[in-house]
Amino acid sequence: MLLINCPWCGPRDESEFGYGGEADIARPANPDALTDEEWADYLFMRKNPRGLHREQWVHEHGCRRWFVLERDTVTYEITDAT
Amino acid sequence: MTRQKYSIFSLLRNAVSRNENWQQAWRSPAPRKKYDALIVGGGGHGLATAYYLAKEHGMRNVAVLEKGWIGGGNTGRNTTIVRSNYLWTEAALLYEKSLKLWEGLSRDLNYNVMFSQRGVYNLGHSLQDMRDIERRVGANRLDGIDAEVVTPEQIKAAIPMINTSPRVRYPILGASLQRRGGVARHDAVAWGFARAADALGVDIIQQCEVTGIYRDHGRVTGVETRRGRIEADRVGVVVAGHASVLAGMAGLRLPLESHPLQAYVSEPLKPVLDTVVMSGAVHGYISQSDKGELVIGAGIDAYNGYGQRGSFHTIEHAMQAIIELFPAFSRVRMLRQWGGIVDVSPDACPIIGKTPVQGLYFNCGWGTGGFKATPGSGWAFAHTIARDEPHDLNAPFSLERFTTGALIDEHGAAAVAH
Repeated sequence: MLLINCPWCGPRDESEFGYGGEADIARPANPDALTDEEWADYLFMRKNPRGLHREQWVHEHGCRRWFVLERDTVTYEITDAT
Repeated sequence: MTRQKYSIFSLLRNAVSRNENWQQAWRSPAPRKKYDALIVGGGGHGLATAYYLAKEHGMRNVAVLEKGWIGGGNTGRNTTIVRSNYLWTEAALLYEKSLKLWEGLSRDLNYNVMFSQRGVYNLGHSLQDMRDIERRVGANRLDGIDAEVVTPEQIKAAIPMINTSPRVRYPILGASLQRRGGVARHDAVAWGFARAADALGVDIIQQCEVTGIYRDHGRVTGVETRRGRIEADRVGVVVAGHASVLAGMAGLRLPLESHPLQAYVSEPLKPVLDTVVMSGAVHGYISQSDKGELVIGAGIDAYNGYGQRGSFHTIEHAMQAIIELFPAFSRVRMLRQWGGIVDVSPDACPIIGKTPVQGLYFNCGWGTGGFKATPGSGWAFAHTIARDEPHDLNAPFSLERFTTGALIDEHGAAAVAH
């Protein structure tokens, strides 16, 4: 189990958290102007890296706030929380 | 080369000679400079692809490139369940093609893959579960797939160890049953396809990780490997959890996320469960291997991961599900646990087809349920590579569906513990 350092509550067990996938995906400001390819890229395409991954977590059973972790997807080591 | 045929006579002959004269099942050749087609990934799907390329399409100048050893990835890390009771016609027909191939596979490969059609039960625990089951069974029958709805009494009669008490949190209200479903021996599937493909001239090259994909004017020209550059006009990539990594080498993005999926094997028991039981609501599935071990699987770990291991609370969740269904198993000890890396797609359906790079084909996104599709996946992928166009069976599973919106929404609809 991961030990996740919630920026507001401190280190807690992974089972208190929900996972929100890849971080930094911004909803396009004007969806009507997008091509189908651009819309598909926003909706479905993911970096899915082997290595460092910036990802969203929510402290579901705690402060219920979202934050971003940087975690290695091979060693599972958490390198940064903001 | 002529391949020794396995039979009762070869068993006896080799027994007499103290089993010292068995031929190697496949060669380990050094890679050639150039092939007509390369298959990246020596799991069941990749080996099946190479086999059907050689057998059905006459392409024998083919190599399978495997990073580690064949069958050492997800092929050897799954719970070996085979079934075809999917809701949507596109998915059902693809998995049914695979099931039909399974039914003749041992004979076709001259290798016992121990395919055992012991039936698969998908349990329902609520009225809505039962409505979904009725709907799926109806859809399966319309697609020509065997399926039936069974009552708790029938379930109890077939599986005496299961708890059908109505006074539990998730009472069993019924199930769908696919009698032609079952399990197969995962290692034998990889070995059988490897041996049969090798006999047709396919080079199986292990310890040969692909590190780059060469392209020229939008066409694939070959790959860079740990054992040097290998040229080919056609490259089929079927690497499960690492599909996104390989796609990145060709400048492509895929709609996939790789997650650890854990599975568990118990200490061996006397025969206690002669079928396969799955439950989406309590989220677990279980069968008993021929060695007597209970083989248990459940859900993926929530986070992206390539580490072939997951978190402990996921194990706990899987065990809770099994104990809910089979209270008597609460004192069974687990022997082994492992994780495979599964490439999960947004609609829980695979991607089998062409890419924007000419001559580069991807077969990925099987997520948590790829083992059952091994022969059918290879069969369809071989067709796609040989003809440079998908077969009708895998045409709906193109990468373009994420652009056109024609998703095949099997998530939660397929009676599976996704």
